[in-house]
Amino acid sequence: MADAVDAATTGSAAARVGATLAAAHRPRRAEIVFWLLVFVAPLALPRHALLGNEIAILALFALSLDLILGYAGIVSLGHAAFFGVGAYTAGLFAKHVTGDPLAGLAVAAGAATLVGFATSFLVLRGTDLTRLMVTLGVALMLGEIANRAAGITGGADGLQGVAIAPLFGRFAFDLTGHTAFAYSLSVLFVLFLAARRLVHSPFGISLRAIRDNPLRAAAIGIPVNRRLVAVYTIAATYAGAAGALLAQTTQFVSLDALAFERSADVLLLVVIGGTGYLYGGFIGALVFKLAQEGFAGLTPQYWHFWVGLVLVVLVLIGRDRLHGAAARLLARAARATTRSPATGGAETR
Amino acid sequence: MLTILFDGVAYGMLMFVLAVGLSVTLGLMNFVNLAHGAFAMAGGYVTVVLMNRYGVPFLACLPLAFIAAALLGLVLERTLYRRLYERPHLDHVLFSIGIVFMAVAAVDWVMGSSQQNLRLPPWLSGRFDVFGVGVGRYRAFLIAVCGLLVITLELAVARTRFGSRLRAAVDDRRVARGLGIPVDTIFAATFAVGSGLAGLGGAMGAELLGLDPTFPLKFMIYFLIVVAVGGTSGLVGPFVAALLLGVADVAGKYYAPAFGAFAIYTVMIAILLLRPQGLFARPR
Repeated sequence: MADAVDAATTGSAAARVGATLAAAHRPRRAEIVFWLLVFVAPLALPRHALLGNEIAILALFALSLDLILGYAGIVSLGHAAFFGVGAYTAGLFAKHVTGDPLAGLAVAAGAATLVGFATSFLVLRGTDLTRLMVTLGVALMLGEIANRAAGITGGADGLQGVAIAPLFGRFAFDLTGHTAFAYSLSVLFVLFLAARRLVHSPFGISLRAIRDNPLRAAAIGIPVNRRLVAVYTIAATYAGAAGALLAQTTQFVSLDALAFERSADVLLLVVIGGTGYLYGGFIGALVFKLAQEGFAGLTPQYWHFWVGLVLVVLVLIGRDRLHGAAARLLARAARATTRSPATGGAETR
Repeated sequence: MLTILFDGVAYGMLMFVLAVGLSVTLGLMNFVNLAHGAFAMAGGYVTVVLMNRYGVPFLACLPLAFIAAALLGLVLERTLYRRLYERPHLDHVLFSIGIVFMAVAAVDWVMGSSQQNLRLPPWLSGRFDVFGVGVGRYRAFLIAVCGLLVITLELAVARTRFGSRLRAAVDDRRVARGLGIPVDTIFAATFAVGSGLAGLGGAMGAELLGLDPTFPLKFMIYFLIVVAVGGTSGLVGPFVAALLLGVADVAGKYYAPAFGAFAIYTVMIAILLLRPQGLFARPR
């Protein structure tokens, strides 16, 4: 009798949890509109395909950082390490093995996954400071290797002679960048769907529990270290894919791919867009690249002054306050246009 | 061999002067200040400008570099840094990276991106022999000055009233505040002195380390190594860590130039893995 009652309550609790989870990962109207707009972009703005390609790659890279920063709470100062591994692997693979883009993408993402898995054990221990230094150290080390192994990577001159075969044997990567843009966008979309599925799964929810309180998460039976290793590895895969896209679509890899500035920039743009809801990196990447285009005409080499200024102001105003205001604005806009409860705003947490 | 050791010790002592401020501020306020190198750069550029444009003698430049960097540190601490102490580490990191980027671009704009030359006075250049070991005059000078600084700092922290308050505040900020110790004032003073020391280190290191606008980025990792390996609970840890770093770096560059800075990073990661609290700190 007691067992039956138990079973009934747990059953209904499980059902309620299941319903909540299902509701969370049902696509929202705003999201569908967003992706429709994204896929119309290559057709509507054919002359800006190269810029769009860069934005898509940056967005994928930011998505990767958001997975570990926004969902697992790991502050990384060396995320470019995996981007660079992906970029160099894709470049070398295309140069020495085959120019097929999809095979190159898979190999590059695989290589970044391996490096991510190997280094994930380094971020398990210690405080934020230790993590910062270890991630920074790994990126610097890889940068140093790429710099010294000039015979393989081209060193400071960059890796040249990367030739990418047409996609599916039909669509060539030409100077207009149309193929590149469509290719990057498609990869971004597929990987985004996977990430979305991931963060709304019980796995993703356990990550958020770890982020908010690792001790308590461990106490309720979440295997903290294993989860962190898993998400760090997955994030490395994503970053590697982003690096591979850059290497393939520009057919060139330079030491920039591993530079500290790249790690700092991606941190900035995830923070601009807001952490922990996947779209933050997209917004950040769009704002960042458009601003870079705007400012580059005026002051090319002082671009980072403005990046720095934005960072300082952003922190002083308070990230939460800024995103709270944005969320309220969105919610009000949504209420004004439709009668339904806010969709875009509610997600901005 | 002994020359390398000597150069390494000079380099390490310089690193200590550059990084000691960071270690104290990190221990005291738990503030991850990646912009520490920007103060060092400020000191270095003050010296270069004073010497090359206004002909101020080198020795007179050093205290001026200290004062300039300390003032800069004090102003920034009072206006900006102090608002962020209670924020998460991510905010510290973003903020100080922002400061670094702005400093790098601003110096690039004002002074140009080329490396600055510092003309040392003749009595500091060249070498002399001690028992057959070649000793650079400037490096001997560095060791002497930095050694004096180390002793002064150690005495100030260990013997003075300010020092004991500082140690109390580092050990437990809340209790120290409860006992009526003005932690905020102490922190402002410490931040200023730490920035000033970085400025002094930047001035003295301009010739040895090279001074260009990317200085704060290039040496950020070195400062962090000193702090992370040495721990933040005293001066001895960072000092030993800085010496180790100096000797290892100079020896590594001499014996295995192909590996470059590779060895340093490896050692740092290994130490952080084995002793996340630093080599000399007691785990809390």
